[in-house]
Amino acid sequence: MRESVVMKIHYGTALGAVALVAIHILFRMTQNFADSLEFESVIANYEFLPYALLLEVILVLISIHGFNGLRVILLELRQGRTYEKAVTYGCIAAMAAVIIYGSRTILIAGMGIV
Amino acid sequence: MAAIAPQTLEEKPVAVESQSKSITLRISKFNPKTESNRNFVDFTIPYKKWTTVLDAILVVKENFDHSVGVRYSCRQSSCGSCGMKINGKPALACYTKISELNSNTITVEPMDNFPIIRDLVVSFERMFSAHKKLKPYIISEDSEITKDTKEFLQTPEDVEKYLQFSNCIKCGLCNSACPTMATDSSFIGPQALAQAYRYVADNRDKGKNDRLKIIDDSHGIWRCHFAGSCSKVCPKGVDPAMAIQLLRGYLLGFRK
Repeated sequence: MRESVVMKIHYGTALGAVALVAIHILFRMTQNFADSLEFESVIANYEFLPYALLLEVILVLISIHGFNGLRVILLELRQGRTYEKAVTYGCIAAMAAVIIYGSRTILIAGMGIV
Repeated sequence: MAAIAPQTLEEKPVAVESQSKSITLRISKFNPKTESNRNFVDFTIPYKKWTTVLDAILVVKENFDHSVGVRYSCRQSSCGSCGMKINGKPALACYTKISELNSNTITVEPMDNFPIIRDLVVSFERMFSAHKKLKPYIISEDSEITKDTKEFLQTPEDVEKYLQFSNCIKCGLCNSACPTMATDSSFIGPQALAQAYRYVADNRDKGKNDRLKIIDDSHGIWRCHFAGSCSKVCPKGVDPAMAIQLLRGYLLGFRK
């Protein structure tokens, strides 16, 4: 993938994440902070499908943006073919792992298994 | 870093005009082939209002230490040979007047982000290879030198798009000031990127896609963090930071 495509995704995910996190914060402001952290309140949020989808999209956007940012930092730190390949694949693997683990949490909580 | 005892012009019987003002010139001395540490040697040099740092270094070479390694040529900021760090900032020694530095001690060191050959002389190999890689010439199948061909006419507006970027003298000050160059040994650098824009913006050139492909790399244009120090240190008023942002516009599809 060309670097310009990667960077377009990087900028796009940043803009998307800012917009969706703003919606997420607005949702949280509908009740006071302490109440919003109550177990029942948190589970109720996950069980509300549109909100669960919002959290899932935020998770994906932030993971892509964050791990690509980490890749860029690591590429500037050291150079070398093997190192750069390891960094790129390592970041993709870590991103996938975070998305899978986060999605699992959203699914379990959303399906009322907890 | 060790400082060697200062030498003054009065110690040697040389014919230099009498001066009322003098400065301490600290010159970095280092030969990577024979030494492991950089040393600073101090010299007391008289100066006038118009004395440049290069003039002062040449006084040292002529009267105190012939072995000081310094690269220079035109002495009028046209050749880009005498780039060095003067009091911590990259600048051309021939273009920096001592009287404008407002300091009694002037420290000269080789530019950062370049391998040192000796003393104040650095290797430009990396910068020149990046510059060549970006095809710094007009690519066009048309010719204005063969018979029955037209001149490549350009309007003043067409010229204005790239004119300032064609003032680059390849002195390397921008690369020396760039924070990304300090950590990323494969980064193409602000000098080459500004030159890429100079040809991409030229309406006679047909090599835009080739050049954009070269800079669209994991160590290419996207590694610039827009610190802007390249533009600040350029002695010719070239703005590499702006060139980089304009090139990004092409790659992001905002410019055609």
